[in-house]
Amino acid sequence: MGSILSGAEAASLVRALPGVDAVGLEARAAGLATRSVKAESKAKAIDLAISMIDLTTLEGADTPGKVRSLAAKALRPDGDAPSTAAVCVYPSMVSVAAEALKGSAVKVASVATGFPAGQVPLDVRLADTEAAVRAGADEIDMVISRGAFLAGDLERVFHEIKAVKAASGDARLKVILETGELVTYDDVRRASWLAMYAGADFIKTSTGKVGVNATLPVTLLMLQAVRDYRALTGVQVGVKPAGGIRGTKDAIKYLVCVNEVLGDDWLSSEWFRFGASSLLNDLLMQRQKLKTGHYSGPDYVTVD
Amino acid sequence: MSDRLRVKKTYKLYVGGKFPRSESGRSYPVSSPDGTELANAALASRKDGRDAVAAARKAQRPWAGQTAYLRGQILYRAAEMLEGRAGQFAEEVAEATGAEPDAALGTVESAIDRLVHYAGWTDKYTSVLGGANPVAGPYFNHTTPEPLGVICVIAPQDDPFLGLIEAVAPAIAAGNTAVVLASETKPLPALSFGEVLATSDLPGGVVNVLSGRAAEIAPHLAAHADVNGIDLSGVADAELAASLEAAAAETLKVVRRPGRQLDSLGLLRQWTEYKTVWHPAGMAAAAGGGY
Repeated sequence: MGSILSGAEAASLVRALPGVDAVGLEARAAGLATRSVKAESKAKAIDLAISMIDLTTLEGADTPGKVRSLAAKALRPDGDAPSTAAVCVYPSMVSVAAEALKGSAVKVASVATGFPAGQVPLDVRLADTEAAVRAGADEIDMVISRGAFLAGDLERVFHEIKAVKAASGDARLKVILETGELVTYDDVRRASWLAMYAGADFIKTSTGKVGVNATLPVTLLMLQAVRDYRALTGVQVGVKPAGGIRGTKDAIKYLVCVNEVLGDDWLSSEWFRFGASSLLNDLLMQRQKLKTGHYSGPDYVTVD
Repeated sequence: MSDRLRVKKTYKLYVGGKFPRSESGRSYPVSSPDGTELANAALASRKDGRDAVAAARKAQRPWAGQTAYLRGQILYRAAEMLEGRAGQFAEEVAEATGAEPDAALGTVESAIDRLVHYAGWTDKYTSVLGGANPVAGPYFNHTTPEPLGVICVIAPQDDPFLGLIEAVAPAIAAGNTAVVLASETKPLPALSFGEVLATSDLPGGVVNVLSGRAAEIAPHLAAHADVNGIDLSGVADAELAASLEAAAAETLKVVRRPGRQLDSLGLLRQWTEYKTVWHPAGMAAAAGGGY
């Protein structure tokens, strides 16, 4: 869906957003993180988390073989465990992933627009996006120009997101805010709203390529933003924390936050995702633990 | 002047090079055989066991990757550190077991000597256990012992220090990492040994010491899929030992049964597995190689 706002309107709306109560936000996140999820609920949470993973490999050393084995793992992670939501790769690997996942419900997501820095001209970023879509990407993970955003040029960021949305066609657009580089909660809130006004289908925390990746308070803030955006406009936007989520415990904390802030409407892979690679193995080991009654180990899951 | 109150120490666990309290928050009083209360010790839980195995797993590959020479140096260093604190350990052993001070000191000295003994073995046991095998073909065939991985040791109940070191030293000398469940009623020397290891050069996680009830924690350690071997020499209860061995069999662990006496080479052998390599020798010979 395209935006009905002009860049100037969106920018002024975003600038008028109230500041974030940082202490309250962190206390709320810490409070939600203490919930204890055990036994049957845990088993369900684990399977839900697996089904929400964008299984990711974004390395210079990615090969077609590695992408194919990742796709195989996404389709059938372990025994009767559910498939993951998507496989997330660089544009050059999209065709390989699309071929490997053909006919399945697992989507192909591609990072694009000069990932991870986004510091390339707009026409290159659009061409990057179009190439990924042509190669078979169902979802595009774009990065915003943090440089322009931090310089205060919100309109440029808005127009770039709109342009990438148009270039993505039918593919769902995830907008990576790179919250670690935005630094403040106020800027995370502004960037979230700006992306949503520009037509993002998902807002995503991080690329996984900088020092600070997804944190619980930042994700909580973004969850609140999509909740308020739907209340205001009726449009539902998804959220994807990415980077640094390695353990089952962490993943369950995020699910608790989604449930508390947004409820059932968002508790599916359609509206919530984890950008992760090593998380899947930890979830599978916990899953084995629940099934067999004894702790599992890394010898019992794949080496990626 | 009033009598001074003795400050009683609460002994903590030693996991991953740190000294955490039990995740469960529990502790239990430890007394000498005559009933004098000595101190409190953390009462480890199943999750402490899991954390200790995770720490040991993380430390195992780097530890096995160190040169054998360095592993020997580090064990020797631990012996040096113990030597300097032999008096303290003798006192702890005497309090724990009710032994005479002279006998307790003798025990501690034997323990130090065992460490030095295994420090010497680190760069020799592979040569003794492994070797080149004669084969009828153009291959160079050799066998070498490799560490199993993570070893859980249920330490002897009545020999809280020497028995523990005799069980742990061969496991780590061979490049394994260890999770030790100290004697249930006499854990203090083992926990103090953790403090010595923390200040020697042994990397964190190579030895992890837990205090608690064997009947509570050992079944989880025995069933844990990420544990490669378990030493049941300190399990007095035959029924428990049998159930632990059965649990260990589910995930193919090497088990040392209670009462199984082995010499030092036998213990090193217990915690290693053999790898045999067939290396084509024809090419090397053709190229003027020595095979």
